[in-house]
Amino acid sequence: MSMQVYSVSSITTYLRELLETDPHLADIWVSGEVSNLSRSTAGHFYFTLKDADSQIRCVFFRGATLQRDLPSLVESGAQVVAHGRVSLYEVRGDLQFYVDFVQPEGVGVLAMEFERLKVRLEQEGLFEPSRKRSLKPFPERIGVVSSPTGAVFHDICVILARRWPLAEIVLAPSAVQGMEAVRGIVAGIAALNDEPDMDVIIVARGGGSLEELWAFNEEAVARAIYASHAPIVSAVGHETDYSIADYVADVRAPTPSTAAELVAPDRYAVLGALNGHRASLSTAIRFRLDENVGCLRGAMGRMQHCAPPVDRERQKVDDALRVAGALVDAALGRNRDQVGGFLLQLRSLHPRATLARGYALVEREGSVVRSVRQVKTGDALDVRVSDGAFPARVEAKKSVSRRKSRPPQEMQPALFPSDKA
Amino acid sequence: MAAKKSKETFEELYRRLEETVGKLEEGGLPLERSLALYEDGMTLARRCQEMLDAAQVRIRQLRGTLAAPSEPEAGEEEIPWDDAES
Repeated sequence: MSMQVYSVSSITTYLRELLETDPHLADIWVSGEVSNLSRSTAGHFYFTLKDADSQIRCVFFRGATLQRDLPSLVESGAQVVAHGRVSLYEVRGDLQFYVDFVQPEGVGVLAMEFERLKVRLEQEGLFEPSRKRSLKPFPERIGVVSSPTGAVFHDICVILARRWPLAEIVLAPSAVQGMEAVRGIVAGIAALNDEPDMDVIIVARGGGSLEELWAFNEEAVARAIYASHAPIVSAVGHETDYSIADYVADVRAPTPSTAAELVAPDRYAVLGALNGHRASLSTAIRFRLDENVGCLRGAMGRMQHCAPPVDRERQKVDDALRVAGALVDAALGRNRDQVGGFLLQLRSLHPRATLARGYALVEREGSVVRSVRQVKTGDALDVRVSDGAFPARVEAKKSVSRRKSRPPQEMQPALFPSDKA
Repeated sequence: MAAKKSKETFEELYRRLEETVGKLEEGGLPLERSLALYEDGMTLARRCQEMLDAAQVRIRQLRGTLAAPSEPEAGEEEIPWDDAES
């Protein structure tokens, strides 16, 4: 048998470590009456919790929680239930209860847990309204974490089949109460997030007692919802039941059936909207066409207004044509007169007209005799006068010189009466 | 298992329809462009309606997430869905 001597420090350290490794003492609710309350200048609370037989020293460090109603709850004589861990304050060797949450006596343990977790997660930012995602208007893949056998999943399917049959519903089956529920819900959310293109995930359970709904108030479920890539719609219990899951979820549906209505539109409403869009298209294009026809009419009007004075030009042309016609007619008339003159002239040049004036035509063997050289003495000639012809004979011939004056009797006196003068 | 969809989704078609209606209503476009928008819009509306008319809800159940040790490996099964039930 060996004896060993320990230092005080080693004992207190050993005890502290012993206390801190005990899972029960690390997360414990203790009920009792507050006494010996003091508050340090740093804002920490020191008090004692006691019952009829015992007491334990308590410390509540400022900053251990954001619980806002703590000062009003912790006052001497108050019956409270405090949450925290038990450890040893080595400096004084005192056993201490390090409190992080206080509720008034009379509240159920689950309700207290709920409040404690809610405060903690809210403080951590899990409920931030700014990180709530909006739901897609026309989801194609809707995940559901729920019991495969309950009425909840069936109801969700019925509503979605009626409202939005475009969607594919993917169920991640899970227990929704009892020991397996937390693990199942967390695994279900994770599995649905592994599916491609999951537009939304409904985490649903029907109504029940606080104990039955408890899985939805567990921190692991809250963190799984927070970590989900797909937006989460929580639908737990009845309208009046609020769960931690509801606070973390992107959308809280009061009931599972409402969740099914929230995640998808009603196809008849969408069909109505489609018809509305068609009507808008038709109205808009008719308006455009009318507008264009109007523009066209206006342009035609302006064009007519600006057109050159065709009628006036036409009249001018008419006038010009008339003048030209008159000129042509006049020219033709002049020509006609001229031609008449020529005809008269021509007629006067006819040999018969000469004969009628007393001249005679002398021919010899059919040729007209124009010169004395054409005949010789004794030739037979034909002499034609205006009313007939007679034969003649050349008895002598004589040339007439214009220079020498010839006695007129040697000429044909009848033919040149003027020469007689 | 479901491959990344390459087909046009209802959402995409509907969004384009809304855009087209908006552009046409806004106006200020040449007539030919307006007519093209009108035809596009009507085609999109018809395709949306066809998708809605032809749609049949599909229901699938993942295996292996139900927290029970007897569950087989991760997989899935189709659940037949009778519309008449609704």
